[in-house]
Amino acid sequence: MSDVSRVPSGSTLEIHDLHVAVGDKEILRGVNLTVKAGETHAIMGPNGSGKSTLAYAIAGHPKYTITSGRVLLDGADLLEMTVDERARAGLFLAMQYPVEVPGVSVSNFLRTAVTSMRGEAPKLRQFAKDLKTGMDALSIDAAFAQRNLNEGFSGGEKKRHEILQLELLKPKIAVLDETDSGLDVDALRVVSEGINRFRSSGETGVLLITHYTRILRYVKPDFVHVFAAGRIVEQGGPELADKLEAEGYEAYTKASA
Amino acid sequence: MGLETKPLSTLHEKASYNVEDFAVPTGREEEWRFTPLSRLKGLHSGAATSGSVAVHVDAAPEVTVETVGRDDQRLGKAYVPADRVSAQAYAAFEKATVLTVAREVVASKPTVITFTGSGEGHAYGHTVVKLEPMAEAVVVLDHQGSAVYADNVEFVVGEGATLKVVSLQDWADDTVHVSHHHAQLAKDATFRSFVVTLGGDLVRLSPSVSYAGPGGDAELIGLYFVDAGQHLEHRLLVDHSQPNCKSNVAYKGALQGQDAHAVWIGDVIIRVEAEGTDTYELNRNLLLTDGARADSVPNLEILTGEVAGAGHASASGRLDDEHIFYLQARGIPFEDARRLVIRGFFAQLLEKIELPELRERVLAKVEAELEK
Ligand SMILES: Nc1ncnc2c1ncn2[C@@H]1O[C@H](COP(=O)(O)OP(=O)(O)OP(=O)(O)O)[C@@H](O)[C@H]1O
Ligand SMILES: [Mg+2]
Repeated sequence: MSDVSRVPSGSTLEIHDLHVAVGDKEILRGVNLTVKAGETHAIMGPNGSGKSTLAYAIAGHPKYTITSGRVLLDGADLLEMTVDERARAGLFLAMQYPVEVPGVSVSNFLRTAVTSMRGEAPKLRQFAKDLKTGMDALSIDAAFAQRNLNEGFSGGEKKRHEILQLELLKPKIAVLDETDSGLDVDALRVVSEGINRFRSSGETGVLLITHYTRILRYVKPDFVHVFAAGRIVEQGGPELADKLEAEGYEAYTKASA
Repeated sequence: MGLETKPLSTLHEKASYNVEDFAVPTGREEEWRFTPLSRLKGLHSGAATSGSVAVHVDAAPEVTVETVGRDDQRLGKAYVPADRVSAQAYAAFEKATVLTVAREVVASKPTVITFTGSGEGHAYGHTVVKLEPMAEAVVVLDHQGSAVYADNVEFVVGEGATLKVVSLQDWADDTVHVSHHHAQLAKDATFRSFVVTLGGDLVRLSPSVSYAGPGGDAELIGLYFVDAGQHLEHRLLVDHSQPNCKSNVAYKGALQGQDAHAVWIGDVIIRVEAEGTDTYELNRNLLLTDGARADSVPNLEILTGEVAGAGHASASGRLDDEHIFYLQARGIPFEDARRLVIRGFFAQLLEKIELPELRERVLAKVEAELEK
């Protein structure tokens, strides 16, 4: 799938020696990673190792301070951009804990987001159709469109809604932070199919953060990275995920402590 | 328990038609401590009538409209002034407006009373809206123009009647307005109040509710947007003195700019005889910039052990970074994200305005405030 000799037709996300702090606590300690179009990278690592920090820092969450390093999307410096500029440049973050926004309906939110991404309002009928198709494919009840954004959604409903946004907003690179956590088997399958639809063009890249190989059986990764204490400590192919699930992270947490 | 031994509420026990019964406030009194008296332009210290606020009524055909003199027997029946400015207004108004909806009559459209300040001098007013048993009506009080104005409004809601009121304070920037809105609910009456305060240098509005029989149901909703230098104060009082009545108070405001000041006082008394009371009051303030201040003081005084429900909540805070981040992360620019979140903050309240054209107008006003 990832033939380096072929000229890629899609995008590239490059992370170079990224250091990130929260307050004065250093959390990421030199992350290097390149995600190209057509590739799926899985990141696995123990709780608190900094996986979400990596995701949020790339997306530009104000809580995280970049102390050094570079993040480029198709050569453009993401760190120079505001959060919304990064999204419009083609970066998408599916959040581990999607935020509830009172008083803002799902349909209003999605229409506003699609309008911002495209630079023009979608045709109302076409949008309604796309929304329905997207919701049906993810088994999201039509009534959700009128509900307040993420408010009172179950954990699984929030995750499905994140993937709905992924499919509607059509980014170049998607960072999926534990999208599989809290999903039952049916929801996991539905969500995985959504991710696979997103990947199918071969022009998009995926960085998938997870604790479990369960999702990797549906969404086959090209590369697996082990994350411990704020950096990538080992890389390999899909077989590394099975090893991690069998043996845990102990070997890596000890080594990096 | 005899009358002598009945615990008395510590809130709002004083009432009189006579302005001399109230000392000129100094600002140290509990009920005046938040109000910048120097900006009241003498409404609290005996300023005589020297200007006017024009009252125009566009009434539903089923509603009787009268302009009456001070001696009309229907005035001051439901409400006795509770502070100095209110008593001053009661002592000084020249003509009063009386709206009546006869027994079992349902008004076919909203009745709009427009109060327009002429821009000169001090003025005082009095309004009575009376719904006879089983009547139904919607009344809009629309305040505009420039004025220094104090008034009292009495809502007399008869047995089983339903009155819905929208009061829009859309004054010019230099207006000073001090107003009491008192609703008296007979048995099984329903009262809905929706207050929107946007304009004016100083607006101090005191909506209060009393119950004359069991089964009354009052809902008091409020929305305000405070800009730099404005003082917008809402003082609510719900006096539960009858069994099995309901009240629900929800006020939300946004503040932006230097010295934007909001005050919200929410007093609820549940007296000994008010068993089975169900009440909730809420105030939320959204501080959009530095330099803005919100004072929010809920007081719930429960004198009986037999309540169905009683609660309050009050919170003031900034826009939530997490909300803004989530929207921006979906490509929505900061200004649009901010607008969406603020609109969302008010959305649940705006839904309560049942008249679509009025809801649109209020929404447009709020949008305009956001563009400033
Ligand atoms: N606001 C914060 N203040 C202090 N510490 C923080 C803050 N945010 C994150 N951290 C710390 O940074 C470290 C990394 O957290 P992060 O959420 O990135 O871990 P994670 O690998 O995603 O964990 P999990 O698998 O549990 O999701 C943790 O020790 C966490 O406590
Ligand atoms: Mg995490």
